[in-house]
Amino acid sequence: MLSDRRPILLANARIVDPSRDLDFPGDLLIADGVIRDAKRGIGAAGVPEGTEIVDCRGNIVAPGLVDMRAFVGEPGAEHRETLSSASQAAAAGGVTTIISQPDTTPAIDDPAVVDFVQRRARDTAIVHIHPMAALTKGLKGEELAEIGLLKAAGAVAFTDGARSVVNAQVMRRALVYARDFEALIVHHTEDPDLVGEGVMNEGEFAARLGLIGVPNAAETIMLERDLRLVAATEGRYHAASLTCAESLEVLRRAKETGLAVSASASINHLTLNEIDIGPYRTFFKMAPPLRAEDDRKALVAALAEGLIDVVMSDHNPQDVEVKRLPFAEAASGAIGIETMLTAGLRLVHSGELKLTALLKAMSTRPAELIGLPGGTLRSGAAADVVVIDPDVPWVLDRNELKSKCRNTPFDEARLQGRTLRTIVAGRTVYEYV
Amino acid sequence: MNIVTKSSFVLGHRHLLGIEGLSRAEILGLLDLSEEFVELNRQIEKKTTSLRGRTLINLFFEASTRTQASFELAGKRLGADVMNMSVSSSSIRKGETLVDTAVTLNAMHPDIIVVRHHASGAVELLAQKVDCSVINAGDGSHEHPTQALLDALTIRRRKGDIERLTVAICGDILHSRVARSNIILLNTLGARVRVVAPSTLLPSGIERMGVEVTRDMREGLAGTDIVMMLRLQRERMNGSFVPSTQEYFAYYGLDTKKLAYAKPDALVMHPGPMNRGVEIDSIVADGAQSLIREQVEMGVAVRMAVLEALSRNLPNA
Repeated sequence: MLSDRRPILLANARIVDPSRDLDFPGDLLIADGVIRDAKRGIGAAGVPEGTEIVDCRGNIVAPGLVDMRAFVGEPGAEHRETLSSASQAAAAGGVTTIISQPDTTPAIDDPAVVDFVQRRARDTAIVHIHPMAALTKGLKGEELAEIGLLKAAGAVAFTDGARSVVNAQVMRRALVYARDFEALIVHHTEDPDLVGEGVMNEGEFAARLGLIGVPNAAETIMLERDLRLVAATEGRYHAASLTCAESLEVLRRAKETGLAVSASASINHLTLNEIDIGPYRTFFKMAPPLRAEDDRKALVAALAEGLIDVVMSDHNPQDVEVKRLPFAEAASGAIGIETMLTAGLRLVHSGELKLTALLKAMSTRPAELIGLPGGTLRSGAAADVVVIDPDVPWVLDRNELKSKCRNTPFDEARLQGRTLRTIVAGRTVYEYV
Repeated sequence: MNIVTKSSFVLGHRHLLGIEGLSRAEILGLLDLSEEFVELNRQIEKKTTSLRGRTLINLFFEASTRTQASFELAGKRLGADVMNMSVSSSSIRKGETLVDTAVTLNAMHPDIIVVRHHASGAVELLAQKVDCSVINAGDGSHEHPTQALLDALTIRRRKGDIERLTVAICGDILHSRVARSNIILLNTLGARVRVVAPSTLLPSGIERMGVEVTRDMREGLAGTDIVMMLRLQRERMNGSFVPSTQEYFAYYGLDTKKLAYAKPDALVMHPGPMNRGVEIDSIVADGAQSLIREQVEMGVAVRMAVLEALSRNLPNA
């Protein structure tokens, strides 16, 4: 599948570069692993000898996606997902960079583990993978991890993954300490005491299903606390996964006062709601939980105006043993790296979001926040590029997904738009046939 | 002796997983069929043969005395072979999952499985994996359909009709599958339903299930025909949801004083087992307005009706 690194001309394309708000018909030339040029009418005549010429037939050429939050099972849970299988799924979904989470066994809280992940990624993965490292040792929320050494080893940000740091003093020190290293802190904002035994959004549907609800306040209170600490410390902070309208108002106030804060929303919370759980479908069990439709709409509106910076997959492979259980006992999480783009296109087709806004939140913004090259089609940038047919209708069959797990909430979903080709550092790593 | 029921009612579902999804006609059909079994159960010869040759498995993942006994008697009186499986003797203790248990039991060709489980939705999950009929005998805080049916039967026999009655359901609504099934059933039959509880025991959004909500027993019981009390689980009494049993009894325990707010001919119900002195005073529980023992009697009849109605759908029936 891996082609050689001869130059590629993506011809007759609709070039969409969200880093410069460009959207025009043209050609894009890739050589030596970098983007040479993107403009109207490069044509076959203007390319080096031996260039592979791809007729894009008017389809979109955009920067490869940067998925800012994906849980990968390596090391420790390779039966769920390896760096290799995650990268295959990513490539099929147009994702050229995975930011992996430190919730592994052992946790990524030691420079040697960062090194391990990077080397395994280099040797086995077909897209870029950069790990976030633990914010606290063992993800326990008690003692600071070695932020300096971890960053030097290649960790791109610091987070306790799917866990929240409950102790405000620990979070305060982490923000202060990380500031000295210009490190970004990414935080899962759910107060575990307020979550309690909750397994889905609190409200009418939880009441009807007889399931314990998680109140919006579990998220909002933690976010408010964090943002007050950010104001006091001037640290760099990113809310890992916001889900409800109240949180957006909190975030807006913090941004208006000029704090270095940003936030993600998962593709699940942008395209699904609590009603999708239906008769206890555990593939829709997530943490934080799917919220009400009003929250989903508010989240999409916040994304459209740029208040939400990043759309991420929250990719979380879980096998049947932990999903085929009564709802309250089943594991949380859904796979999503392969379907993030096509699910996101739903918002574009429904008129809720502009295509450039979607692509910016899936490539340019996460690359900027993490401090990675990519997310742009500028000349000289790394050739991480995706070719997208935005309109082709298809039905998702979960057995055709590349992930080792099948826990997708989009099984049998009617979708529109898909990845045709994914190019990482100038090589085609995925081609839809 | 082969007693044939007069009603030829057939339930248009393979399973009985909840009251939700049952039509008014289906509920009334089940109640009418139950009436015939009430009469039968009061005779000396109580056995019929309509489930002869059928295997009924009582699969209880949660301890239960009355519901399990009630289903066992119901099955036996209809002539079925009844097997009781409870969690203490089952392989679930050895780590087997619910789905594996379902698949294993299914291979033994039961005709009906009655399931109680501590998790909401567990019975539905099990029903997806078996070929036989499944009856929900209580799943977590979700539904307990036969309890709601027996409550309705009890009310209807005393009050004649359920439509336009005012029913107050009082106590731990948050964790109660009995409350949910009753709210749906009573609404379907046209009753006016109130729930009365401290706010910590009320699920958010409950008002959207078609009930009036109040935190005050005086207000909640005013003018009611039926007062339905719910059990407060022991682990929720001491500080987690209510501060103490004393405080709970003072504000929400049904004693003669609070019962006086209801209509003079109001009737008192409780799904059992009761915590005397916590949610209900003994004088009320054992008093003339109490239907609690009658509910138990109706329980067997309703379960016979449900088994009978579902069995009429079984293959080769």
